Amino acid sequence: MTTATAPPEEPLSGEANRAAQEPRPWWLGALRWMVEANVAVVTFCAIVFGLFVGAILIVVTTPATLTAWGHIASAPGHSLSVIFSTLGNAFGALFTGSIFSPSAVGHAISTGNGWNTAFTPISETMVSATPLIFAGTGVAIGFSTGVFNIGGQGQLIAGALAATYVGFGVHLPIVPHLILVVLAGAAGGAVAGFIPGILKARTGAHEVIVTIMLNYVFLNLLDYLLVTPPLQQPGQSNAISRTVPASARLPHLFGGGLRVNAGFLIALGVAAAASWFMKRSTLGFEFKVIGSNPSAGRTAGMDARLASVLVLTISGALVGLAGMSTLSGTDFFLSSGYGGNNGFNAITVALLGRNKPIGVVFGSLLFAALSTGGRYLQATTNIPLDLTQVIQAVIVFLVATPALVREIFRLREAGAGKILLFTKGWGS
Amino acid sequence: MSVVELAPAPSSFVPAPDERLVSLSRVRGMGAFLLALAVVMAFAFGLGSPPHAKATFLLSAPPAVGVSALVMPVRWVSVSLAVVCAGLGVALLVRTRQRGSYLVFGLGVVVFIWALLAWAARGNSLNFVAMLAETLVSATPLVYGALSGVMCERSGVVNIAIEGQFLAGAFLGAMLGSATGVLWVGVVAGGVAGALFGALLAFLALRYGADQIIVGVVIVAFCTGLTNFLTQQVLTPYQASLNSPSTFSPVGIPLLDKIPILGPVLFFQNVFVYGAAVLLVVVHVALFQTRWGLRTRAVGEHPRAAETVGIHVLSVRYRNVILGGVIAGIGGASFTIGSIGEFSANMTAGLGYVALAAMIFGRWRPFGALGAALLFGFSISMQSFLAVLNVGIPSPFLSMAPYVITIAVVSGLVGRVRAPGADGVPYSRE
Repeated sequence: MTTATAPPEEPLSGEANRAAQEPRPWWLGALRWMVEANVAVVTFCAIVFGLFVGAILIVVTTPATLTAWGHIASAPGHSLSVIFSTLGNAFGALFTGSIFSPSAVGHAISTGNGWNTAFTPISETMVSATPLIFAGTGVAIGFSTGVFNIGGQGQLIAGALAATYVGFGVHLPIVPHLILVVLAGAAGGAVAGFIPGILKARTGAHEVIVTIMLNYVFLNLLDYLLVTPPLQQPGQSNAISRTVPASARLPHLFGGGLRVNAGFLIALGVAAAASWFMKRSTLGFEFKVIGSNPSAGRTAGMDARLASVLVLTISGALVGLAGMSTLSGTDFFLSSGYGGNNGFNAITVALLGRNKPIGVVFGSLLFAALSTGGRYLQATTNIPLDLTQVIQAVIVFLVATPALVREIFRLREAGAGKILLFTKGWGS
Repeated sequence: MSVVELAPAPSSFVPAPDERLVSLSRVRGMGAFLLALAVVMAFAFGLGSPPHAKATFLLSAPPAVGVSALVMPVRWVSVSLAVVCAGLGVALLVRTRQRGSYLVFGLGVVVFIWALLAWAARGNSLNFVAMLAETLVSATPLVYGALSGVMCERSGVVNIAIEGQFLAGAFLGAMLGSATGVLWVGVVAGGVAGALFGALLAFLALRYGADQIIVGVVIVAFCTGLTNFLTQQVLTPYQASLNSPSTFSPVGIPLLDKIPILGPVLFFQNVFVYGAAVLLVVVHVALFQTRWGLRTRAVGEHPRAAETVGIHVLSVRYRNVILGGVIAGIGGASFTIGSIGEFSANMTAGLGYVALAAMIFGRWRPFGALGAALLFGFSISMQSFLAVLNVGIPSPFLSMAPYVITIAVVSGLVGRVRAPGADGVPYSRE
């Protein structure tokens, strides 16, 4: 249509042509942007759809709504109100548990007290996001290099273990001690990432299998160490580690009332550094070349095997920091199955953030909000926390298939960034 | 159009010029490893056990005719087995050919396991036949999972979601098996659950070209979350009606189950084990002898060539991925109604990925996968028997064993494998 209105004496091409011939108000552009399948809109639609699936699950499984369904023919009004109030309570709990509760904020404003209560939800979301940012960045660096690191759980445990040993085993003033603890966390994760890396480079063992198997190895190793001195808490028969001293704890950012700590800032710093590394540094460039086209990398003299060792080591180090951040930031001791789902959620967060550190930060905050809200949801309405994992999975399904989102929401075609991931066959 | 067009895409596999050399160095490595094992056997198992300790291997189990137990002096047996193992190791070290090395290595490992079991059972007894029977039971879900992987990957779709299909099958199998009281309904339900997630994988990966590994991993996350959620929300409140299925008990094959040792191991198992055996043969024959198999392999190796001779690539892939899902789902049902009955959260414990490793170790062949599955099954069975014997190895290390063995096998024995040429590559007609 643009070419039809273009004056023939001024043949402009492409963008320039469109810009010159179609001066349209900014709000029209904004509207058009909103119905395009671009990255932001696709992500937003994915989140909406994920919450929708969550709503369906609640409606078809919660006892109250199940009884309501039974009476839907006899008393439709009442049944619907029960169903909607259940949903309203659930999503209300997700929101107040993760962002803020209007009543608590109102109370704080009117009385001048209780600010800690008002800020607790958002602080908890930041606390949950901290390990996800570390681990998600680590996994994302692997993804954009063609290395699939599913060993987050194991590397996280390795990092937390190393940080704990340095935490209670070394006696130093707080600043050098904390630096050592952070480095130990990275080193522990790096070792756990180095193993699949070197195995891949030397023997061709595929990292997907090796990293997953290592998860179970580290889970069991942790179980063993937790009941063995010196890690086990003296005088305890439970599988619980010693507690790290105050000098090995990350300081709180806003006083003792809120748990958000320096780990969050370190995580943001690490994400920024990773962003610089992948965009600007020579090594990061080499990684990306090898990831997208190994033979081109080889031709240019890059060592693909060395790269896979380095990538998995770096990726492991970042995931190890995730373990350190929860240990030294909020938990202060280890227990069986440490880290929970953080290692696996790192994968979904990396995908949601499209393997870019800045995207990972936002993805982590979103998933952290979901899980923080989910815990509150479980506490207040008895709906299990696992609901949020389902919602997260649905979101990533859709983010991974923008074409599907476009069809569901009838969006216009646009350059919706497909997730850049260079998976290869099992053999290479 | 000649047959040559169907040859594997060269880009995915470029044989290294020094392939033979690499193999030989691997043979040397295996020889050195056997020597190390011999040292452990001689000193830790042989000289490390009390001089006159005896180990008893019971060789009879219920349906079979009784066989007298095997009683061995531990020290004497361990040291002589160590000599055998060292001999095999030296044989590998001086070899100049690769052929047959795996067999020699396998023998060495068997000898080592014999000594390990004798040492573990010192002053005690171990029911060796029950351990082998348990090996088959543990290997069964792995066989289903690996066959599911073979079905999918031979047609060019990576199915990393086996773990999720296991969970879904185990969940739905237990729930419907319990609710209806008919176990076969549970089997069908398991297959349907697996098929649903196979269809989801196929839909997202084939129709929309989504990355297969991403979709697979997210399916696992989805199934984990969903089964955990539904377990707490639905199964736990109605535990008695929805999560208390009975289980398939072992069925003896008349006469055959009376054979000493072999009878209880091979011919006194439940339907899932027999089903796996039948399925193995079916998939093997179908894959290598039928038109369907030829088409599947063609689509997996070189879809473009397959398309030019008139094969509809995507429908072959759809069908295979969904069938693979059915197989994995039935394998998942074996976790609940095939062994312990009730479903519990995360009960598959990563075995879906172990099945994937079995498929790779078996080089995408059904019987290769069976061999690998039996190896992993044995390691699972052995660790549970060793745990009962209380051998002084901390239980976390015993539980670690199957996973460590998987890593060792994938990195030490398998080496660089050749996947189907188009495995994991989305196909569009263009």
